[in-house]
Amino acid sequence: MSHVLTVLPAAAGALTESGQTSTAEAVLFWVLGPIMVLAALGLLFARKAVHAALAVVLVMISLAFLYVAQGAEFLGVVQVVVYTGAVMMLFLFVLMLVGVDRSDSLVETIRGQRWIGVLAGLGLGVVLAGVVGRATYGTPAGIEEANAGSNPAAIAHLIFGQHVFAMEVVGALLVTAALGALVLTHRQRLTRKVGQRERAERRLREGGYPVSLPAPGVYARHNALDVPALDPEGRPIEASVPRVLRVRGQEADAREYAARIDRVLAGGWATGAGTFTSNRDVDDPHGRTAPTPGTPGTDATETDDEEGAR
Amino acid sequence: MSLTHYLVLAAILFAIGATTVLLRRNAIIVFMGVELMLNSTNLLLVTFSRMHGNLSGQVLAFFVMVVAAAEVVVGLAIIVTIFRTRRSASVDDVNLLKS
Repeated sequence: MSHVLTVLPAAAGALTESGQTSTAEAVLFWVLGPIMVLAALGLLFARKAVHAALAVVLVMISLAFLYVAQGAEFLGVVQVVVYTGAVMMLFLFVLMLVGVDRSDSLVETIRGQRWIGVLAGLGLGVVLAGVVGRATYGTPAGIEEANAGSNPAAIAHLIFGQHVFAMEVVGALLVTAALGALVLTHRQRLTRKVGQRERAERRLREGGYPVSLPAPGVYARHNALDVPALDPEGRPIEASVPRVLRVRGQEADAREYAARIDRVLAGGWATGAGTFTSNRDVDDPHGRTAPTPGTPGTDATETDDEEGAR
Repeated sequence: MSLTHYLVLAAILFAIGATTVLLRRNAIIVFMGVELMLNSTNLLLVTFSRMHGNLSGQVLAFFVMVVAAAEVVVGLAIIVTIFRTRRSASVDDVNLLKS
């Protein structure tokens, strides 16, 4: 393992005598270069901001590859950690905060801005590429000598030696930026915080129902969803039937059940099992009224029709 | 392949980033265009560092990265603040100073 670690930095970024890169590096460049340009164009043309952000992530990871290939291992790792890992994820967070579905408006506020922009961009690209590409640079020196030992160690010597003051200033800048972001995004609370206690007290003050509603079928003879619960005096509680069933008029007739309770209280129960069976056979309202959704049985087909109609 | 190819690639990326800043309206995408320009500059610095056999270019690229991170933090905070008050992330809607 240590053998690999010592050989790798020396191999990365090696140049031939005439200043040409190795074939492997050329292949890497010609594979990554078009991908990077296409991804950058994706940033330019993507309608959705998230796609643009992912394209930029692709560019940045490819850049990290190129850095490592050019003998800048430290920068390659920092590129992945700082740019791809921190900065772009921050971008994605803010995208989620601002709203992902927001896309650009296509209305031009300055007339002809699009063509002027395209022209200016193309001109800048041609000028830059022309100047940079046609200049004479002399034979490249290669980075191996400067990277002697290892690249991070050599960079550390420079940063903490020659550039130590800049390093300190940059640290202060980072702290200032963090504080600035805190101040900028801080929001003053204008009203008191409403907690659980305040919410409960307000509901009681307004005369709302303080506890949860009774479940349907409590104290009644049936516990189906459409049968209202009965209070201790035997009166049906309308609110116990789910609101949807009440709106659709599908709750069972509460008076029917109340009447049965009355009958039982009046001694109907004591007369024997006959009353009970006759009750079930003759005036069982459950089977005759609107079917309860979700209960299988004789009315299942009707329920299915209703489901389909909705 | 000579090292000039890297420089041309960096120039192309810079131009695309600049065009993004000019053309797009969404403030966040504009900001990503700025990031792309900074990154292409870093590629340029690393390549020059290799050409000259001198690590100062890489140190400079490192500082560019740190400053870019600070810039992103503040810039995104500004975008979020503007979005909270104006309900928009478009650079065209920030025109309160227009007479």
